[in-house]
Amino acid sequence: MNSPLDRKEIDFLDPNISHFVWALGADIDTDALAPGHAMKFGMDVIARHCLESVLPNFATDVKAGDVIIAGSNFGIGSSREQAAAVLVMHGITAVIAPSYNGLFFRNAFNVGLLLLTCPIIVERPHTNVRLDIHDAKQPLVITEQGETLACEAIPEFLLERVKHGGLLNELRHQLSRDQHEQNNA
Amino acid sequence: MTPYTMLDTSDNFTQAHLPQTLAQKLIAQSAKIQYASVGDIVVCDVDLAMFHDSSGPRRLKPMLESLGAKIWNKDRVVLVMDHFVPEADDDARKIVRIARDWAKEQRLPNVYDSQGICHVVVPQHGHILPGMLCVGGDSHSPTGGAFGAYMFGIGSTEMLGVMVTGKIWLKVPETIRMHWQGALTSGVCAKDMMLAMIGHFGMNGGRYQAIEFTGSTITSLGMAERMTLSNMSAELGSQVGLIAPDDTTINWLQDRLTQRATKNPKDTLVQASIEQLARVNLAHWQTDAHAPYTEHTFDATALAPMVAAPHSPANSHVVTEYDRTPIDIAYIGACTGAKLEDLVAAASILKGHRVPQHVKLMVAPASVSDMQKAKDLGVADILQNAGAEFLPSACGACAGYGHTIPGHARVISTTARNFKGRMGSTDSQIYLASPYTVAASALTGFISDPREAMR
Repeated sequence: MNSPLDRKEIDFLDPNISHFVWALGADIDTDALAPGHAMKFGMDVIARHCLESVLPNFATDVKAGDVIIAGSNFGIGSSREQAAAVLVMHGITAVIAPSYNGLFFRNAFNVGLLLLTCPIIVERPHTNVRLDIHDAKQPLVITEQGETLACEAIPEFLLERVKHGGLLNELRHQLSRDQHEQNNA
Repeated sequence: MTPYTMLDTSDNFTQAHLPQTLAQKLIAQSAKIQYASVGDIVVCDVDLAMFHDSSGPRRLKPMLESLGAKIWNKDRVVLVMDHFVPEADDDARKIVRIARDWAKEQRLPNVYDSQGICHVVVPQHGHILPGMLCVGGDSHSPTGGAFGAYMFGIGSTEMLGVMVTGKIWLKVPETIRMHWQGALTSGVCAKDMMLAMIGHFGMNGGRYQAIEFTGSTITSLGMAERMTLSNMSAELGSQVGLIAPDDTTINWLQDRLTQRATKNPKDTLVQASIEQLARVNLAHWQTDAHAPYTEHTFDATALAPMVAAPHSPANSHVVTEYDRTPIDIAYIGACTGAKLEDLVAAASILKGHRVPQHVKLMVAPASVSDMQKAKDLGVADILQNAGAEFLPSACGACAGYGHTIPGHARVISTTARNFKGRMGSTDSQIYLASPYTVAASALTGFISDPREAMR
């Protein structure tokens, strides 16, 4: 498992990599992602229980570089950002869904999880997909048949945030740059 | 330092005359732009950042230290210890101790320790004023919208960003107006309005846009009832739940600030707030006539008491549809349902009666000050004589953190959420209702119509 704070491998920028798909239904809530009974423990325990109520083999079989394709309203429920951080820990490259809970959407980018909003992603099942997000204004999901599915634009600064591995790393980078500029001034 | 891409505002000048919603005006002011176009991403200055013992210091302190960063403006930070107090065990003690030590070490000027629930204590001290942009480290932060402030909840990492930069990004939301007309009938209140709307639109009905409550029903409500509406906007799935400020808002805040100033005459922050309140332009903080919004209209005169069945606030039905559903515990608590006005409502039903032996009536007033006022008004005596057990003014069993409700209990509660396991046990059945309905049900031992009890 990767630490949510030190992820260095950014594989979502390579459109040649094929990602294994974990398929989920609609309305996946933050309790399914980070179960309440595990919340008082550390991230490693939360990770072991991630999605146990809907995909019992997910926590044991998931591999870094996999993606999740889910139905609408992904991440409904509480403001706990561990619900997004736990997917980063498991090395999930991106979540692809038609819509997200608003608070979850913010939390995901803040902890370094890429979310792609694709209205037609659930029209039929997928086993492997490739991602092309070189143009943040028009990110694409490429299916196993080579078909391209358009996603909603990602604000540039949020894509940058994911590339940094989250807001904490982004701030660290920013502060050290400010320091550097001050020293040179 | 700004880690954000700024919006190109070159078109702004020509758009300045366009009609705007209250949400757009609040965002435009905080983003220092003339016009906030729906759908644009903008960066706003944060006027107030609130967090509590659970979401705050225990997460923020280590992150700030690892960055070697400082709080951008301590005057704009409010810390409330409410989730893990009174401390139930050593884990809770550790968490609260981190908050207390950090508050001292940082010399935070605005700290409320064990004074009640953040969403009630912070406005009761006049920290949230019309026109402000505020963030809270808790999902019920939309409560601040009752004061005409753009206030919403964020996660801990995002709060770290606010602590370091004093800024937050926003996507300018669409406005969904919930327009209520007419007077509520006796025994029906704001909680019933919310349960009706959540039942109708569902928990994602707000689509993370801005909800604005308008109409004659809303303007005739006091601040406590308005706070209940904005509070449960969280359960409607909106980012904020706004109410345009009016004289009711100004007078209420003036009272609270005057009290704070009398207690601490040398507090310059209170003086600044009093001056800021005096400058509030009520005519500006309204949605313009032809601004872009969608509207749903409701007839308050036709609203009956509502009850949400397990395990969702959206599972709400008229009280008469619950055919003598038995309950074991009646819980009057939380930021949603235990403010002074909620206690008064419950007391109006319970006065001169006593709950039967097999029913447990629990009352956890939302703030220490509400509890004191309830004592002064004789309301606490009425509740006590009815058999109420008083609990500390804290989040308590609502959050299910320390002080939980055990086992297979059937609970009727004035709180906001009845998710499975919310009050501590996955075996309990939680029904949500108004303080009137909870009190009426406590007297009979089954879900009861408060209008019957009032006859």
